[in-house]
Amino acid sequence: MGTILSVNDINVFYGAIHAITDISFNVDEGEIVTLIGANGAGKSTTLNTISGLLRSRTGDIKFMGNSIAKTSPNKIVESGLVMVPEGRRIFLGLTVEENLEMGAYTRPKTEIKESMEQVYELFPRLKERQSQIGGTLSGGEQQMLAMGRALMAKPKLIMLDEPSMGLAPLLVDLIFEIIADLHKAGSTILLVEQNAQAALSIADRAYVLETGKIIKTGKGSELINDPDIKKAYLGA
Amino acid sequence: MTFSLLIAQLINGMQTGSVYALVALGYSMVYGIIKLLNFAHGDIIMVGAYMTYYAIASFALPPVLAIILAITVSTLLGVTVEKVAYTPLRSAPRLSLLITAIGVSFLLENGAQLLFGADQKSMDPLITGSVMLGQINVSYVAIVTILVSVVIMILLSFVVNKTKAGKAMRAVSEDMGAAQLMGISLNRTISMTFAIGSALAGIGSVLYLCAYTQASPTMGSMLGIKAFVAAVLGGIGSIPGAMIGGFTIGILEALVAAIGFSMWKDAAVFLVLIIVLLFKPTGFLGKKIQEKV
Ligand SMILES: Nc1ncnc2c1ncn2[C@@H]1O[C@H](COP(=O)(O)OP(=O)(O)OP(=O)(O)O)[C@@H](O)[C@H]1O
Ligand SMILES: [Mg+2]
Repeated sequence: MGTILSVNDINVFYGAIHAITDISFNVDEGEIVTLIGANGAGKSTTLNTISGLLRSRTGDIKFMGNSIAKTSPNKIVESGLVMVPEGRRIFLGLTVEENLEMGAYTRPKTEIKESMEQVYELFPRLKERQSQIGGTLSGGEQQMLAMGRALMAKPKLIMLDEPSMGLAPLLVDLIFEIIADLHKAGSTILLVEQNAQAALSIADRAYVLETGKIIKTGKGSELINDPDIKKAYLGA
Repeated sequence: MTFSLLIAQLINGMQTGSVYALVALGYSMVYGIIKLLNFAHGDIIMVGAYMTYYAIASFALPPVLAIILAITVSTLLGVTVEKVAYTPLRSAPRLSLLITAIGVSFLLENGAQLLFGADQKSMDPLITGSVMLGQINVSYVAIVTILVSVVIMILLSFVVNKTKAGKAMRAVSEDMGAAQLMGISLNRTISMTFAIGSALAGIGSVLYLCAYTQASPTMGSMLGIKAFVAAVLGGIGSIPGAMIGGFTIGILEALVAAIGFSMWKDAAVFLVLIIVLLFKPTGFLGKKIQEKV
């Protein structure tokens, strides 16, 4: 299967801080690829740059063959690349249903109802709370809403930034189950996680980030047994 | 003071309050979406008023056309100011944006002085006559003004709460980055907010002219500042807050005048501003401004 996303040689700065140095990687259609790394390694910066919220000073980012390095974030979403940002960032003042509608902002009105039913099927909890204001949801429910909202866009590639952060173990399992299900259903996923164990066990391939650089790459199943990785990220 | 006089003053207050509310909505919506106190907003009203004046007094257009012209020019002006002066500063510090807004305000006031002259223009009232409601004589202008603004506010609430564009506006107000990640275009949504706010100012300008029949280059500054106080009182960023704040300020002024202190009307409004800022800076319905975690 072909490459759907390719990141070539990007460098991202916050003022004078050089957060990403010469990063290149790619994601093939149908894959789950994960970026792992410690706090501050540059994982979120990488995803935000792909989304167009941040810009790289060098190199290029291609999505389905087209350069998106200078495309506005909303056009990137329109082309099918959707991110669930770190910290969920659901709209606290909008209801669950309105949040989902915003997720489907780029889609024709006629298709929204059906997608919403699919999301409610995936997360029955959200259906019960359709008219509740986002701000009153629990952390776990907010994470479900953030994922459901992204799925409303019918993404060709979905990027998840620490979907399990701050959740109880049972909920973490549920989130990873859903990611695995999405993958089985043919979705392409770029997953950023602190929970390296879980991420590596479902990922086809992984890239390891350290202070803004990729220091290692390989199959998920290989890296999970790599002694260095075990020591640094798996707490073994 | 007799009861009927009190009612009459309340109606007066609601009439001015309607105009304040319409203008306050523009302040609040713009603040909500780009966190800018758009000090040029009051001057949009001035331009709208001049348009109405020239259309009727110089070109003898029918009032309906004059009103459409005033609203159209106000809307276009508001959107143009946003595109030319504010869009390039979208990622600049908020202070730069604020200073730019003050600059635009001066530009519009002085431009108007140059174009239209520094003197006041007076015109014949657009709406005359009155009706007796029980003991109270109520002018048609007051009735029209209050009705028009209430209808407009209902429409606006519908747009903001129920339409896709309105929901996108609320999403952008809350979290610009997350809104972009939904595929919402910032440029389009912010322009739309300015367009709606400026159209409301245009309507406000016509209603103002109906009541006071005068236009001058600086008329927008006092009106604008009072509407700003109304927006702060209601809770800046909140749409129902702006409506409530507008009516409250209008009624307050009327009551201060009714008890014989009409010289102190303006002072009373600013006293309200000071009290709100000291004791409840978020106003009636404003949210606490939270830093994102
Ligand atoms: N807005 C910002 N301004 C300045 N520096 C920033 C900003 N955002 C991130 N950084 C810095 O860039 C580096 C990479 O941050 P990033 O958020 O990408 O890390 P991360 O890998 O996602 O970490 P975490 O696992 O904690 O989320 C860090 O050193 C961080 O301090
Ligand atoms: Mg991060």
